[in-house]
Amino acid sequence: MIRLQNIHKSYITGTNKLHVLKGIDLHIKKGELVSIMGSSGSGKSTLLNILGLLDNHDEGVYELNNEEIKSMSETKAAKLRNNLLGFVFQSFNLISFKNAMENVALPLYYQKVSRKKRNKLALEYLDKMGLKEWAHHMPNELSGGQKQRVAVARAMITEPKIILADEPTGALDSKTSVEVMELLKEINKSGITVIIVTHENDIAHMTDRIINLKDGRIESIVENNKINNTESVQIPIQE
Amino acid sequence: MFDLDKWQEITAALKKNKLRTILTGLGVMFGILILVTLLGIGRGFQNNIQSSLGNFATNSTVFWVERTTKAYKGLPRNRFYRFTNDDLVALKQGIPELEHIAPDINGWSGGATHNTFRNEKKGNFRIKGTSPEMNMVNPVEVISGRFINENDLKEFRKVITIGPRVKELMFEEDEDPIGQYLKVNGIFFKIIGEIKPLSNNMGNRDDIIQLPYTTLQQLYNYGDKFYVFLATAKVGESVAELEDKIFEILARRHSIHPEDNQAIGHFNIAKIFNKIFGLFNSIGFLFWVIGFGVLITGVIGVSNIMHVVVKERTKELGIKRAIGAKPALVVGQIINESVFLTTFAGFWGLVLGVVIVELIGKATEGSPNPQILNPYVDINVAFIALGVLVFFGVLAGLLPAQRAIKIKPVDALRYE
Ligand SMILES: Nc1ncnc2c1ncn2[C@@H]1O[C@H](COP(=O)(O)OP(=O)(O)OP(=O)(O)O)[C@@H](O)[C@H]1O
Ligand SMILES: [Mg+2]
Repeated sequence: MIRLQNIHKSYITGTNKLHVLKGIDLHIKKGELVSIMGSSGSGKSTLLNILGLLDNHDEGVYELNNEEIKSMSETKAAKLRNNLLGFVFQSFNLISFKNAMENVALPLYYQKVSRKKRNKLALEYLDKMGLKEWAHHMPNELSGGQKQRVAVARAMITEPKIILADEPTGALDSKTSVEVMELLKEINKSGITVIIVTHENDIAHMTDRIINLKDGRIESIVENNKINNTESVQIPIQE
Repeated sequence: MFDLDKWQEITAALKKNKLRTILTGLGVMFGILILVTLLGIGRGFQNNIQSSLGNFATNSTVFWVERTTKAYKGLPRNRFYRFTNDDLVALKQGIPELEHIAPDINGWSGGATHNTFRNEKKGNFRIKGTSPEMNMVNPVEVISGRFINENDLKEFRKVITIGPRVKELMFEEDEDPIGQYLKVNGIFFKIIGEIKPLSNNMGNRDDIIQLPYTTLQQLYNYGDKFYVFLATAKVGESVAELEDKIFEILARRHSIHPEDNQAIGHFNIAKIFNKIFGLFNSIGFLFWVIGFGVLITGVIGVSNIMHVVVKERTKELGIKRAIGAKPALVVGQIINESVFLTTFAGFWGLVLGVVIVELIGKATEGSPNPQILNPYVDINVAFIALGVLVFFGVLAGLLPAQRAIKIKPVDALRYE
């Protein structure tokens, strides 16, 4: 599903150049549940943003769903994001002036799905998240856990192949965190690839594979008592 | 097509900061309001000037007698002379460019007393000798009956036309004056027409009594003489050249030194007309410039506000792009907002402007000496203004929209 070869990324701020990703090689199979760990500033979000086509890499080969991602138009990228990817963010990123249902339905608006149809579908997804009664509430009337479940529903509604979550539990207490993780695991069970950035060990250990980043490189990859991971490629520890 | 989703996006964004939206809208509204009002008033000024000029022939000149200042052909200087009816014939035959020529002869007003009587009624009116040709130069409108014709002139008929004020003072409201008689300066005249002056020029006022100038000459013992006449040039001919030719012929006929310019007074009315037309063209132009300037200021306000709005919503737009909003959609949405704001505000400015112009019209309607007459808003101007607004609405949204999609989604998402 995802294949990275020698990915490099630098940020240029003024005259300074910050080399953040220093050659990432990674292969993530369809249906995997992967976590990315590492200390703050190690480049986790940067990597996830590149995977999510929100940012572009400077060097290396990125293959997404058997298609090489090179410099592409924003229109094309938006379409791929809409069809292929679902995002869950630490800060939820719901639209404040839309209610839960409208937030969940929004990605379908960009697919030109009729209002009635997409609202119906949004209600179904909210129901799955146990949020049916909250469909017509505005985001500021929801708790953190509820907001994140709305965000998950929004990520799910287009039936994406991959869910990308950047510290989805970062703003939640441990109990709610576990709930959201269970949700993501369930989604994964339905065959969707899920990639989670986190720096909580408990969260990481709920995934199949932990990719440890350090200073822009993959330091190690840990398999979590999984047998059928023959497809995943063990990358030798660098340095 | 009405799209509820689009509509919601627009109103949600504008509602977010109501006060700012309203203030910006007011900017555009006042812009268009001022533009429309200025143009309406400008039209009113123009109507006023045009109506006071009436249908007075613009390519005309007026001649009058003065004393000679040079001795010539054995005749002394400081000599007095008068124009004659034969001069009219000679000028007409001698100058092909001459279109109309008409003597302007005034009768006696009664001074402090009255000069016109009918039964118990009496009045003091302006008495003028006229001719069909005079009516081509300084026309009046015939309300009923007829105007003075060539036969009246030839036969020295004692007939008159009367202005509205004369009718009002000398007749009852339901009385028909046509065929009735008025005693003017002691002589009975038959009324053949009711007229209304179309301009205020050369003493054409509502209190006018006109009679054939030949009749006037005869009754007042003027012989075939007169002091003043009006002449017009044919279309496309220069009035200045016409004046030169008239001077030449008159000088010859009255033994005036060819260089004695002061002996024959004349005045090029066309020149004044051109000045006036030039003036209100430039006033009109100025009004356009001012109105347009104010409008542009409003539009710049909208662009500014869109800039701020887009900046504030960077994160929201980032979220939308992350979940699949294409750049074209984002740009379209911002432009929609800006066009909606400008046209909505502009529309109300237009409506208010029309109302104000109407009110000005109503307020000045009854006044006896209006500076503004029938101001109105040209429907074309209104549409042009609206078109301009939409155009600038797009422009005002385009720049901030371009900015919004230029930044990467990841940067937009990170924006706080
Ligand atoms: N847009 C940017 N411009 C400049 N520098 C950036 C930008 N985004 C990230 N960086 C820098 O790149 C490095 C990696 O950032 P990144 O966000 O990927 O770290 P992270 O591993 O997600 O950290 P955290 O756990 O704190 O979220 C950091 O030093 C950060 O300051
Ligand atoms: Mg991060």
